Formats: sequence, C-alpha cells, structure tokens
Amino acid sequence: MRTLSSDSQRILRPAHPGFIALSLFMALILNMIPPKQWLFMPDWVLLALCFWSVRETLTMRMGHAFILGILMDVADGAVLGQHALAYVLASYVASGISSRILWLPLLQQMWLMLPLFLVATALQIFIRLMAGETFPGWAQFNAPLVTALLWPPANILLLLPQFQPDERDENRPIN
Amino acid sequence: MVEGNTPPPLFQRGPAPLVILSFYVMLSAALFVLDMRFHALEFMRQCVSVVVDPIQQAAQVPLRLAQEGHAYFRALETADDEVQSLKRTLLNIAPDYNRLQQLKTENDELRALLELKQRETISGQLAYVRRFARDPFVRRVYLDKGRQDGVYAGQPVIDNQGVIGQITRSFPFSSELTLLTDKNLAVPVQIQRTGQRSIVFGLGNGQMELRYMPANADIVAGDLLYTSGLDDIYPVGLQVGRVVEVMRDSANAFAYIVAEPLAGAETQGLVMILDTPKYERPFPADVEEMLPADDRKKALPRAAPGETEPD
Repeated sequence: MRTLSSDSQRILRPAHPGFIALSLFMALILNMIPPKQWLFMPDWVLLALCFWSVRETLTMRMGHAFILGILMDVADGAVLGQHALAYVLASYVASGISSRILWLPLLQQMWLMLPLFLVATALQIFIRLMAGETFPGWAQFNAPLVTALLWPPANILLLLPQFQPDERDENRPIN
Repeated sequence: MVEGNTPPPLFQRGPAPLVILSFYVMLSAALFVLDMRFHALEFMRQCVSVVVDPIQQAAQVPLRLAQEGHAYFRALETADDEVQSLKRTLLNIAPDYNRLQQLKTENDELRALLELKQRETISGQLAYVRRFARDPFVRRVYLDKGRQDGVYAGQPVIDNQGVIGQITRSFPFSSELTLLTDKNLAVPVQIQRTGQRSIVFGLGNGQMELRYMPANADIVAGDLLYTSGLDDIYPVGLQVGRVVEVMRDSANAFAYIVAEPLAGAETQGLVMILDTPKYERPFPADVEEMLPADDRKKALPRAAPGETEPD
C-alpha cells in the first residue's frame, strides 16, 4: 500500500477520461442493485465521485456530480435534488481538500473522508426531516461507514490503469 | 479589449468553485421544493426514468437470476406438496364459490328490483413486483407494468389476500406502487362487524392507524376492515386489514387504533392492478368550478350524470 500512496516517487500516467466515466457508470449500476433491506451497502457513486474529485480536480466537475445525483434520485424514488445536493457538496469539499489529503497515507485519508461521507448522508436525511418525514433510524449511517472503509481498496483499484508503464516492451512477459 | 490583455488560456478555469457550488446548491434546493411541495417535476422524472429504467433493470438481472434460481430449486422439492395443498384449498372454497355465482345473480336481480345501480365488475391486469424503492423514508415498490400497458396513477393494487396499495406514479415501462403502510397513503374502510366507516392511514412502520374514531367507538381488536368504496377508487368489499390494538385514553377525543394489513403488503410476488370503477360520482357543481381546468380534464372517464351510487 505504501507504494500506492503519495510516498511513492513514481509518476503516474494521466487518468483516462473514458475510464473515469466508466468507473462512475459502474458505480451507478452497483448502487442500483441492492434492495432496501441491505443497509450495509455503501454508496458507490459517492465513493467514486469523491475519489475522482480528489484525484482529478480539473476533470471532475460539480456539474457531473449534479447529474449523477439526479439519476440516483430517480433510481431511488427519492425527492429530486436530494442526492444531487449531497453529491455536489461532497464533490466541492473533496476537490477543496484534495491538495491536503493526497500527501497522507491511505488509512489517514480514509479517516478524513469519513466525516465527509457522514455529512453527505446526514444532509439527505436532514432535508427530508425538514420536509416533514419521520426519521428512518440510525441504521442509515451504516452506509457511509462502509463507504469510508472502501476508500483504500477503491484507491488501489481505480489507480491501477495509471500504474501501467508508459513504454511497453513486447519481450517482457508482464508489463 | 486590447488583444493580449486576457489571461493565458492555461489558467482559465471558468467561474470560481464557490460560485458554481452556490449555483448547484440553489438549483438542487429549487428542484427539491418544486418536487416535494408542488409535485411539478413529474415530466422531468419521466424523462430521466427513460434513461435510468433500462440501466436499473440490467443491474437487477444477477440478483433476480439468483433469486429465481433459488426459487426454482425450492419449487422442485415442494411442487408436489404445493399442488396438493392448492387442490385442498380449491375444494374448500368450492361450495362457497358455487353459491357465490348464484348469490351474485340473485343480488343483481334484487338490485334491479330496488332500482339500484348494479355493482361494478372488477377487472385488472397482473403485474410482478420488481423491486423496492431504496428511499428509506417511503414504503413503495415498483411493478413491471407501466404506461405502455395502460397503467395510470390512482389504480388500486391487490394480491390474493386483499388490498396492498395504490399506483402513485406510472413511468413508460414501470409504475410505482405506494403500499398501504406508507405514511402518505389513506384508504377509506368499513368495519365489517359494525358497518362503521373510517379511514386508515399508513404509519410507516408496517402498520396502519384508524384515525378520527371517537374514544367510545364500538371497535375491538380482531375486527376486519373492508374497503368502503366511498372514494370511487377502491372497489367495495376488498379486505384491507385487521385491528390489532385499541387504546382508549380519556384525555383524547379519539381512540388510538392500530391495524395490520392482511395482504402481504411488504413481500414480493404477483399482484393485480385493478381498473378504477367506471362510475365516478361527479363533483358538486360549486366544487367543479373551483378545480383547475387541468384536474377536470384529468378526471377519469365519468358515467353519465344522474346515476346513483352503488350502496
């Protein structure tokens, strides 16, 4: 894990925009799978969104977060704008703290992302409570905890394409 | 502007992030209020759902295959028992059913003699519950029939035990069913034992509440609730629930009455979407004037004015 964090002296290849889009799309699909009863399912879209907001501040815009939020609102049958608001705010904060947390090892990054995920969930619950709904229970906060736990593995997985060497040697068996 | 005075394009990043953030936050807040308070964004939801629906269906395929596979192998083991028990059930209801046909004819004749309107026949179409809404604040499921199959918002939905809810949104290829136990659904009911009419509201926790019943109302735990048909949406006489708890408190004018749905409102399976009865009682003339033109147009096909109500 050490080599993958910022301690590494290695210069990564630039992230491919197509790969960013693909990973966000996969996250959207993963988010649509679980039934309501699985309270431990993380918010994959929030995870991928924050990851790319931290890594690629210039590519990942708040507009993208907004669109993903609207898609999730319709998919979940939630009130329009609920996920959008949470995602836009998370994306803004994530790109804001990007230059600070990228210095840290992944485990410390995870602890710094946890409050962000918690706030994104709490915000969604809060605005629904303001609109007069009843509190659905503390179990809703399992999801952001699991999302934060997945931060290190997601980092490794989503950075893999960027670790490929620039010059491919056809004679070497593993590139 | 003098050429060369603009900053080099390398550093141009559009408006400041805080400005963009404020814009999107305000946009989300506006959408939220418009959707929650005014329900003004149904068209937008429909459009987005055309994109999201296929993705969602594709995403659900592995899960459904697993479930169906499991159900298939379990069915192989239990099919024989099930056939036997179904045969037994069929035999059990056979006497009642045979007499029902005769009673129906007799009832029709009596109603004709009394010059009452005939009871409407109930028709509908079958649909599968595809998935639950993931929003933790609501109790809704999605059915696999939509606008393409003629499903529209307002239709009641039943399973073999009784009412389970009402269609609240219909998308092109799916529809949203709000369950009886949702906080925002109310069903007019009649207590079977006493004939008293009331309304049940969902409590959001799997139970329902019978509101506005006086503290001394004649109701006990175990009473069955049937649809009263007073709303012209639910046909008369469908089972809704059973009273499980009656709390009378002299401090309150109303009794606190909790009921549980009889139908498997929270389970997945095959359901039936009923057509709303064709007789719709016209609004009184003064109410009709107050309605916006849109609502008047939207109202379901009406029977000719002057018809009496069924009960």
